[in-house]
Formats: sequence, structure tokens, C-alpha cells
Amino acid sequence: MKKKENIGKIVAINGNMITVEFTENIRQNEVAYALLGEERLKSEVIRIKNNRAELQVYEETRGLKVGTEVEFSGEMLTVELGPGLLTQIYDGLQNPLPEIAEKCGFFLPKGLNLHALDMEKKWEFDPCVKVGDSVSAGHFIGSVPEGLFKHSIMIPFYLTEKYTVEEIVSSGSYAVKDIVAKIKDESGKVFDIQMYFEWPVRISVTAYKQRLQPVESLVTRIRLIDTLFPVAKGGTYCIPGPFGAGKTVLQQITSRHAEVDIVLIAACGERAGEVVETLREFPEIEDPRTGKPLMERTIIICNTSSMPVSARESSVYTAITMAEYYRQMGLNVLLLADSTSRWAQAMREISGRLEEIPGEEAFPAYLESRIAAFYERAGLVELYNGEKGSVTVGGTVSPAGGNFEEPVTQGTLKVVGAFHGLSRDRSNARRYPSIDPLESWSKYPSFIDIEKIKKARAILFRGNEVDQMMKVVGEEGTSIDDYIIYLKSEYFDFVYLQQNAFDEVDAATVKERQIHVFDFIIEVLSSEFKFRDKDHARNFFQTLRQMCIDWNFIAWETDEFKNQEEKIRKAVDEVNKNEKSV
Amino acid sequence: MKKVYSRILRIVGNVITVKAEDVQYEELAEVSTSFGKSLAQVIRLSDDEVNLQVFAGGRGISTGDEVRFLGHPMQVGFSENLLGRIFTGSGKPRDNGPAITENLIEVGGPSVNPAKRIIPKNMVRTNIPMIDVFNSLVESQKIPIFSVSGEPYNELLARIALQAEVDMIVLGGIGLKFDEYLYFKNTLEEGGALSRTICFIHTASDPTVEGLMVPDLALAVAEKFALQGKRVFCLLTDMTNFANAMKEIAITMEQVPSNRGYPGDLYSQLAKRYERAVDFDGAGSLTTLAVTTMPGDDVTHPVPDNTGYITEGQFYLKNGRIEPFGSLSRLKQQVNKDSREDHRAIMDGMIQIYASFKETEEKKSMGFRMSAWDRKLIKYGNLFEDKMMALTVNIPLEKALDRGWEILAECFSKEETGLRTELINKFWPKN
Ligand SMILES: Nc1ncnc2c1ncn2[C@@H]1O[C@H](COP(=O)(O)OP(=O)(O)OP(=O)(O)O)[C@@H](O)[C@H]1O
Ligand SMILES: [Mg+2]
Repeated sequence: MKKKENIGKIVAINGNMITVEFTENIRQNEVAYALLGEERLKSEVIRIKNNRAELQVYEETRGLKVGTEVEFSGEMLTVELGPGLLTQIYDGLQNPLPEIAEKCGFFLPKGLNLHALDMEKKWEFDPCVKVGDSVSAGHFIGSVPEGLFKHSIMIPFYLTEKYTVEEIVSSGSYAVKDIVAKIKDESGKVFDIQMYFEWPVRISVTAYKQRLQPVESLVTRIRLIDTLFPVAKGGTYCIPGPFGAGKTVLQQITSRHAEVDIVLIAACGERAGEVVETLREFPEIEDPRTGKPLMERTIIICNTSSMPVSARESSVYTAITMAEYYRQMGLNVLLLADSTSRWAQAMREISGRLEEIPGEEAFPAYLESRIAAFYERAGLVELYNGEKGSVTVGGTVSPAGGNFEEPVTQGTLKVVGAFHGLSRDRSNARRYPSIDPLESWSKYPSFIDIEKIKKARAILFRGNEVDQMMKVVGEEGTSIDDYIIYLKSEYFDFVYLQQNAFDEVDAATVKERQIHVFDFIIEVLSSEFKFRDKDHARNFFQTLRQMCIDWNFIAWETDEFKNQEEKIRKAVDEVNKNEKSV
Repeated sequence: MKKVYSRILRIVGNVITVKAEDVQYEELAEVSTSFGKSLAQVIRLSDDEVNLQVFAGGRGISTGDEVRFLGHPMQVGFSENLLGRIFTGSGKPRDNGPAITENLIEVGGPSVNPAKRIIPKNMVRTNIPMIDVFNSLVESQKIPIFSVSGEPYNELLARIALQAEVDMIVLGGIGLKFDEYLYFKNTLEEGGALSRTICFIHTASDPTVEGLMVPDLALAVAEKFALQGKRVFCLLTDMTNFANAMKEIAITMEQVPSNRGYPGDLYSQLAKRYERAVDFDGAGSLTTLAVTTMPGDDVTHPVPDNTGYITEGQFYLKNGRIEPFGSLSRLKQQVNKDSREDHRAIMDGMIQIYASFKETEEKKSMGFRMSAWDRKLIKYGNLFEDKMMALTVNIPLEKALDRGWEILAECFSKEETGLRTELINKFWPKN
């Protein structure tokens, strides 16, 4: 039953935008192919006016002509969902890059559309329903082992009626394209269920019982984040910062150490080299929590800055759709998008070509609502079977000139639950991670006692005030009490907030260790030290700082760790004792 | 046989419009005017109207001039014969040699599959301590020199290219002053490198649009040689001129500007060029060193700002020196671990102390009292600036590291440096 072909003709070309004249019905956001010889250039309808439609082309448009035929598919832009997504490296439209490399060599060819999943590979399917059971969208009918995970095979999300299971295969090896079940709706219509299905990327998956409030911490093992500005499972956060401030490094360490099941890395319009580091290293790095290579819990979606710009616009949707899919299995998924500004710029380019009325800095007027809608797809949900799953989204923002007063940063800040603002001053001073502890915020609860956090933050603020004042009146003009507050805030910064991303131990601090060390820090910050003079105070804090930094490099739950702690405590006690007798 | 059109409908700035059929997007055409022929490129198609940007500019074009479409996009001849040659921004010989028409390759072709890239691992030695020690240059890196005008950025560029042990150099000049062009030519000649260099030179007196093709031509050729296993260095100067040429066309085409008149796709356009830098899995490499002049020494200006978001760091040239603070090589950690065991320690330690020196300098200028420690810092800062930062210093990495220790020993006691004890024991100067 082949559908009648729906063919239009190009009447205008402007960059990655083509205008196509059509005769049959077409629909908004449907996929079409511009037929350039043998090549089929994937495009998407983004505006329809009378008998002309404007399409964004996901490839370079070089070589197209007025008159070139365009074939409308009738389908929206979709991704394939099924076992085999993990460990993959996809472009923004879910083409597998390693397979393209095998087929085409060094360069990315135009107009190649490959399956995202290996259609032939066999999986060990184990059914969990029987004939006669009632099912609907998102219900599990069985599972296959996918690396570390039990990958649930689900009723496709678009089958939104109630169905009964007519047939189900027995345990055994099947490929994703094999039919493993047949289900029947109330009118008696039968649907074949394969181990994979397609889902339109621009539509969020809602096959769950209800959405819940995100409250539980997602432990990133970055102290500054977990303690002061935590992220919650199912929450959202953003990392704005000028170039070179450390956004990508921060996401890279998060992708390694975060305590979640699955990490999706969406490299959106950034450097290819950074993706290469991840895709070359992750297969080699062992995840200490599972003993398996990190790659086994990772999917990379990569539309780097030299790849076509329209595909960049959709790449974030490709990524979040896959994240939602794994969430539906009751897993905690973290999506890291670097950088959402490139996505916003892609929208701006497209909007400009459509000659829409521009808003601030030429971004389209709908920029904010698009950003909001994207982050809205994060969330903690309760599934039909009572289990919980979550998608957490963390996006970097690259503001022009490093100035946060710009549309993308501002639009993002309105919708996210936590703000990790990177500061140029901190990165220049090599204080990494360069998250500004004075400006940043989070609406999620920390696993550390709120009163203690308030105390520590108060010292940071006061310390900063003293620092500012000292720049004017000099050290001589500062009272010793103020000076001690300044030293305390610097101490807190150096030994707790700063973290060495390249040291094996210091790079990741588990929750228990954070609680333990933070308690000690609070003791120091609350101590009423009495020093002879400023030199003495400075010397003491310098020594203490050095000892605590050494402590950070010692593995948790070792004798060495305890010994170092004792040494540090002794030093603090001593200064307290001596000073009292002075 | 391609049709010739002799009725130009509109001439706005450097963009002309003709009615024509069967024309490809980005196809080239030849415009014949009373003072010669110029190439033009299709930049927009709308029904039967074709917009072209004319490389020689719109000045003097008559509505009756002929436009002949060539049926292909921009191409460049590729062969060993390119070596030692100098071409214009249109790819025509600027020297007296013959045009290269054999083996034409596409310019601005597809981008490299990330799966075929490898993590860069080779240091490019420049004998400039501020680079080798503090911000090592790495093969396949893309990195610009950020500079105000008037600084010796082209000298620095030429020097790095000459001292780097690479197989060949491709120089792309955009809006070069004529004397700068001659400077490059003479310097490469004297350095004995001209025979392994290919130049695409657009000078300030050439039509603006012609400069737009230079990075693409240079990179297309460079990439092709890299694919043949060569280690290629591509020099692009000055990319701010390139961005300004794009701005001019965008305004002519009435595109909505995003920031200070620059088009919204400035980032993508620059990235498309810079991202060609690559270390191929199983072939050669392409390292791109560019110059981005900063109008008003303002890093937040759209051109340096967008560039900084694309490249793998930058060398910040100011007052004739590479500043340690604005400069960053993002790939340095790939190569400075195995160079010499004290490399990272010297790199971090000397910069930290230099930062303290800067603070002391500020305090001093505000009239605060100088302590003994402050005086040590000032001595250190001056030595560091004279013996490390000055661009006249030309010593290999190992010598520079040794010199670092000497400077430290001249100013401080061992403990004051904050360096690890084992390193001090091994490297501290004996006398
Ligand atoms: N946590 C860290 N520890 C040590 N060095 C760091 C850290 N974070 C960043 N850096 C240094 O800063 C450089 C730039 O960091 P990064 O690439 O993350 O910046 P970015 O904010 O992503 O910049 P851009 O917006 O241009 O992509 C790194 O190459 C590294 O040298
Ligand atoms: Mg980055």
C-alpha cells in the first residue's frame, strides 16, 4: 500500500532555508527530502503560506537549484527508540557517526540517512506479559539486557488507547525489527509491536501516571554544587559563563562522576575536539561504581559547530527524546547540553532567513518560550507501575561578551531550578570550578543542614566585603576581626569550594565525605580565634589551608585520611589553647 | 554550454541581481566588465532572480555587463606545483607563475567526521617561552593571536611558523597592507621556507569581497595536504577583516544584524573555518594559527568574542608581549605532562607568583607600604618580564624551564616558591 508521492519544487534558496511550491496537502513540521541527484537532503517544514512552504534543510544547500524536486514524507522528524542506543555516538539527527566513518571515511557525506539502531543485532528478549493482559502506551511487555541495564521493551508511546495482548513471543533472541507481540484495541484492530519504535522529537513523552516535585539531590560529587547549589533528580540547571571559564570541563567531570544511571551528552554547536576527548576516553575509563567502562552508561549526540546549523537546532530535541525514553524505564537520566546558546543562535539564523520580526539582539520573539518548553521536558515522574524515573537537564550558556544580561541567559534563568554562574575573575585566578559562590543559586534542597550552609555563605559574603574594603584602605586599615573573617572565607574557598578536576581523588567527593568535611569546616568557621596580630593569623590559616588541601588528596575511608584529620584538629586546638593563654 | 545573461537588474553594494534559470546555489559566475573579468558567487536564489556577490566589487559594473554562469562552485587547483606560489583571493596567480588548473578540488567542502579525529598529542615547539612553557601550542590546535592594531602580530605569526617543525605552511592574508604582504614574503624567503609555502593573499587595496574566499581556499588546500599525511600549518591574518567583509555583505542583503552590525551567523561562519583544524586518524594534521585584531582592545567585541568561543584558546599580545593572563592554550594539558617533570610546576608556580607581583604593583601605585616580601615580588616581576615574557627571548623549552628556576632562585628562598620539595631538590640551581 504505497502512499502516493507528494512532490514539490524549490522556488527560492537562502542559506539553509528553501522555499518550496507544493500542490498536495502537507503538514507543519513534516520531513521532506530535497532531491539533489542521488542525494536526499533531509529538511523540515517550518512555515506554510498559501501554496509555498519554507523548509530548513539539515545539510549544506550548495548545488540545489530553483526547480529542484522536493519529496514530502508526511512524517514528522523522529528518532528511533529501542535497545542499542547506549554507547552510541550520533549526529544531531541520530545518524551513527562511527558507522558513517566506516562507510564514508574522513568526511561527513551529504544526504545519508542511516538507522540509528542496528536492525540485525540479536537481543535476549524476556517477556513479562501474557496473552489477555491489558496494556497501553509505555507499559512494559518484556525486557532485554543492554549492558548494565535491564532495557524494558514498551508499548510505543503513540498507541494511546487501551489494548489487550493477542500474541507474545517466548524468551529468545530477537532483532529490534522483529515483531515480539501483537496487541488489539477495543475496536478489534491489531498492532504489531517490534522492539523499537519511532517518536517525533518535538513532542514530549507523557506516558506516565504523574509528575512529581524534584527534591532528591542528584549527587554530582562536585562540592561547590552539591553543598551550596544542588541539583535535584528531575530538576534543571544552567551554567552560563564567558569563553574559557570552564563550562565544558565542568560538564565533562559531571558526566564522569554524577550519580545517575544514564548520561546523555549533547554537544551542540561546540568544538569537535571536545567530543573526541569523550568518545576516545570513555570506553577506557572505568566507572568505579559499576566496574564497567563509562561508555556503557553514555550516549553522545554531537552536532559540532561546523556541522549544518539546522541539525543543531533539532539536536537538543533528539537528545531529550532519548532521555525521556530511558526515563520511561524507571531510570535516572542526566542530559548535559553544551551549549544552549548555539541552539538559540541556530533559531536566530532560521528566524532571520524567515524574515520574522526580530526581538532583542535579533533573537526571535519566541526564544523564551522555546527555552522554557525545552527545560519543561525535564522532570521526575511516577510511571504506571509505580516506579520513578527522571530526566535532569543541565545546559551551558555562552553569553556574548560574557555578559549575563542577554536574552538566552535571562530566558534560561527564568525557568531553571539552579544557576551556576561562572565568573571570569575566578577562572583567571584559576579558582576552579569557577562557579561564583556569591551570585549563584539553587531552589533545590542540599543534603547538608541548611543552617550550616547559611553560616558558611554568610562568611563568604562578609569576607568579600572585607576584601573589597581592603582594596581601598589597605591591610593596615582593616581591623583584625574583619581580617580573620576574610581569612576564613578564603580558607573555605580554597579547601572546600575549589576542587582539582585533574586529581584522581579530589575530582569527586562522595556525599558522606562532603557531610563529614563540611562539619569540620563549619567548626573552623565558627571558632572565635584570637590571634596576636595579622601575620600570625595569616600564617595559621596558610598552614591550615595547606593541611586541608593535602587532606583533599587523600582517599576517603582510609587510615591516612583519619590521621590527617587528627593532625589538622590538633593544629586548630593548639592555636585555640595558645591564644587563650596569651 | 552555459547561457550568458547581459541584463543586470540591480546593483547594490557588491551584490548584483540577474534573472536566470537553472542556477545552483553557491555556483560561480564570471562577470565581464569594461575593466576586466571578475568572479561572482550565488548567495541567494528567489524564483528566477539570482543574487551574486561580485569578488571585484560592484563599483563600475554596468547594467549591460555580461554574467556567465560556470556550473560549479568555487574550486582550487591542487598539486605539488602550488608550493612556493602566491595567489589572490580569487585563486589567480599573484606572482608571475602559471594558473593552476589541474586537479580541481571543492572549496568549503564537507566537515570531518568527529569519529575520525584523534586526541592531539604533539607539542609544537616555538622557542617562545610564553608559549612553550606557559601555553604550549599543540599540533592540530586552532588558536588566534588576539591583538590591538600596531602590535607585532604578523612578526609573531611568521616567527612561529618558521620555528615550528612542520612540513608546510599555507598563508591566507585577508586585507593585508602591502608592506605586510612583502614582509611575509621576504621573511619566508629568508627563512628558507618559501618553497614549502603556499600563499593566498588579499591585500587592503583589493576588493573586499575577494577576501571572503581566502580562508576557504587556504584551508581547502591545507586540508588536502594533511590528508596526504603532511603536517600543515595554516596562517590566517587578519580574521577581523574577514568578519568585516561578511558584515558588509550581510548589510547589503538587508539581513537583521545581531550585534554591532555583525550577522547572526558570525559564530557559525567563523567556526566552519576554524573547525577545519584537525588531527586525522591515520593521516596528517592541520594546525590553524590566526590573527584577530581587537578594535579598541575590547575582548568583548563580537569578533574576538565569537572567536574565543570557537578556538582552543588564544595568545593575547599586548605591549609587545604575550600576556600570561589573557592567554590560554586549552590543549596544553595534552602535552605538558610528559615534556619534563617540572614543566607543570614551573608553569603554575611562576604564574601564581607573577599574579602576586601584579597585586603588589597595584598596591605600590596606590601608595601602600612595601614589605620585604613585596620588594622580592617586584624584583621577580621585573626579571620575569625581561627574561621570559619579552618576545626577543628565543630559547628552547628546556632552557626556558632552567631559566625559570634561575629567576626563582635569584629572588626567593626555596620555601617561598611553594613548589614541591622533590622538584626543588632536583632542579634548584646549585650555586
Ligand atoms: N576545573 C578545572 N580545573 C582545571 N582547569 C580548568 C578547569 N576548568 C577549566 N579549566 C581550564 O580552562 C580551559 C577552558 O575550559 P572550558 O573549555 O571548560 O571553557 P568553556 O567555558 O567551555 O569555554 P567555551 O565557552 O569557549 O567553550 C580548560 O582547557 C582548562 O585549561
Ligand atoms: Mg566549552
